[in-house]
Amino acid sequence: MLEQIDPFMQTVFTGVIVGTLTRYYLLRRDYRQYPSYPHGVVANLSLGLIAAVIGAVAVPALAEKEFTAVTFLALAATQFREVRNMEREMLLNLDNMQLVPRGPEYIEGIARVFESRNYLVMFTALLVGGATFWGNIFYGVLTGVLAVLLTGMLMKGKVVGQIANVRRGNVYFDGANLFVDNIHFMNLGSQEVKEIYLKRALGVVIEPFNDNGRATLANNGQRMAIAHDAAALLGVYRDVDTAEFMPIVRRHLDTGRVGLVIVPIEPDVKYLIEAVKRVPVLESALRLPLKNAIGRKAAD
Amino acid sequence: MNLEKYILAVITMNREKVSAGGAPIFFVSDKEEQEKVAVTLARITEGVIHDLENGVFILVKH
Repeated sequence: MLEQIDPFMQTVFTGVIVGTLTRYYLLRRDYRQYPSYPHGVVANLSLGLIAAVIGAVAVPALAEKEFTAVTFLALAATQFREVRNMEREMLLNLDNMQLVPRGPEYIEGIARVFESRNYLVMFTALLVGGATFWGNIFYGVLTGVLAVLLTGMLMKGKVVGQIANVRRGNVYFDGANLFVDNIHFMNLGSQEVKEIYLKRALGVVIEPFNDNGRATLANNGQRMAIAHDAAALLGVYRDVDTAEFMPIVRRHLDTGRVGLVIVPIEPDVKYLIEAVKRVPVLESALRLPLKNAIGRKAAD
Repeated sequence: MNLEKYILAVITMNREKVSAGGAPIFFVSDKEEQEKVAVTLARITEGVIHDLENGVFILVKH
């Protein structure tokens, strides 16, 4: 029966369906991404569908030697750049309303992911379309599955657990100053606040494995991301009028170690460590001084 | 340049340690009153209480 359908149509449909499914697969819902709201999913799926259509149509257009049609790909790129602006703007606006903000750097990373995923869908649809056109639907779907698995592997960024060791730190006060191990955090005056800190606060110390990790963890955006994710998973014991319970991440200047202190709702240090380990390393925060000869020499 | 952190108020038991400046100064008679006034002001102004460790508390807007 399949043979009766026009091969062009077969190509376009397989490409579009596999492409859209790819977008759905990439929209995995987890705590970091907002589109778990029903409408966010619809908006992104529709854009994924459009990307898939553009990718899938490119193959028959090429086969027919309609080269002008391929310029649509360029047009599409500008459209998807708009997606990035849209996501960035929305998340930045929402960020003001959060008890523990994500920070602009984390948001930029999320917006970039949204943009690039549409391109990935477009390429998948293009590959699937090609395989269907010159092979058959079976090859097309197989290519789609391989492409999805490959993007899943290649697009997986690093997490903090891969660049640093995360362990529990001891929270204590020296006079009015709050410390985790020997990392200074802040000065707190109120006895009441100090008692809550001593009773409920958890501290972790993040020790970078090498100079690359040290430079990455020094980034303020990366540190905000750590605080945000920790608070998102364990809850945070604060309200809008208690700035003193804001989870903060500070750096020990001599060693490059980074400490986090948080007053969580769920006082479970094991899961706090797990949460910190899984914080993504932000693309824009990633620094690799050891990739350069000068950086390597300076390191020893 | 914009100031992000500034002192909202000074709460002290010791009149000699502070002098008139940009922020209002609240004089208190003992540690207990100091803590109470500081907490109340912090709740009202959404500031954070810091201890200068010389008997002077300051409230800072972060």
